[in-house]
Amino acid sequence: MAIEVRIPTILRSYTGGAKVVEGSGDTLNDLLADLDSRHGGLRDRLVTEAGALHRFVNVYVNDEDVRFLGALDAKLNDGDSVTILPAVAGGAFGFAAAAAMAQHVAVAPAAGRARVTAS
Amino acid sequence: MLSIDRSIVDAIVAHARRDHPDEACGVVAGPVGSDTPTRHIPMENAARSMTFYEFDSMEHLRVWREMDDRDEEPVVIYHSHTATEAYPSRTDISFAGEPGAHYLLVSTREPDTEEIRSFRIVDGVVTEEPVRILDAGVDPHAVQSYMFGQSPATVDYECSGR
Repeated sequence: MAIEVRIPTILRSYTGGAKVVEGSGDTLNDLLADLDSRHGGLRDRLVTEAGALHRFVNVYVNDEDVRFLGALDAKLNDGDSVTILPAVAGGAFGFAAAAAMAQHVAVAPAAGRARVTAS
Repeated sequence: MLSIDRSIVDAIVAHARRDHPDEACGVVAGPVGSDTPTRHIPMENAARSMTFYEFDSMEHLRVWREMDDRDEEPVVIYHSHTATEAYPSRTDISFAGEPGAHYLLVSTREPDTEEIRSFRIVDGVVTEEPVRILDAGVDPHAVQSYMFGQSPATVDYECSGR
């Protein structure tokens, strides 16, 4: 038995185009380490340098948002289904506020480029 | 280019007006690979803010699963700016995570007119694109049936010719 992981379009470059991959682990953290061993770079798109889940993604175990299950410490069992979705958010946020937020999260590579482009 | 039916645009604008001065957000789903937005899904702005929007994470999961089950994808992801122009902010660009989607922005800062613009946002690069609004009456099949069914001139001509 394994854990089924649904990969969003934007991260399928790490899985050779696969929409669903399998992995194993007792916690979300273990699962991401396991996935990263076969799909190098995937974990960095989901976890900040500080070791927290990125603000830019939502991760679900079965029907629950992992933010309510202990985030990276969320417990997993064989047969669980993990879904990753890019968070849909934005808005006419002020520059100062956006910059403050950027300091609190290690920004994903794509977003890092955006900041350079916009400045 | 984004081609979108006028009735859907009207519904999006109505949603943006209804939630003004808070930002409104939502999705228009369409069949996978069609690039045609057909099903308007207004979403709740979990942030309930005048300067920020965020899909509720559980509603997000439910709607994305539903699209998956129906072989649909998010063709359009829209939100409103309520005091500024309809152009992606830095925050919009940072979060844009659906490279296949048209990011539609509606500005409701003017009470009587709406500014509606569409963008592709891929790897942090913003590209504006034209928006073509389709009227049901412009649909070629609709026009044909209208002409055949509603054109007494042809009938009169044939009658008077005999």
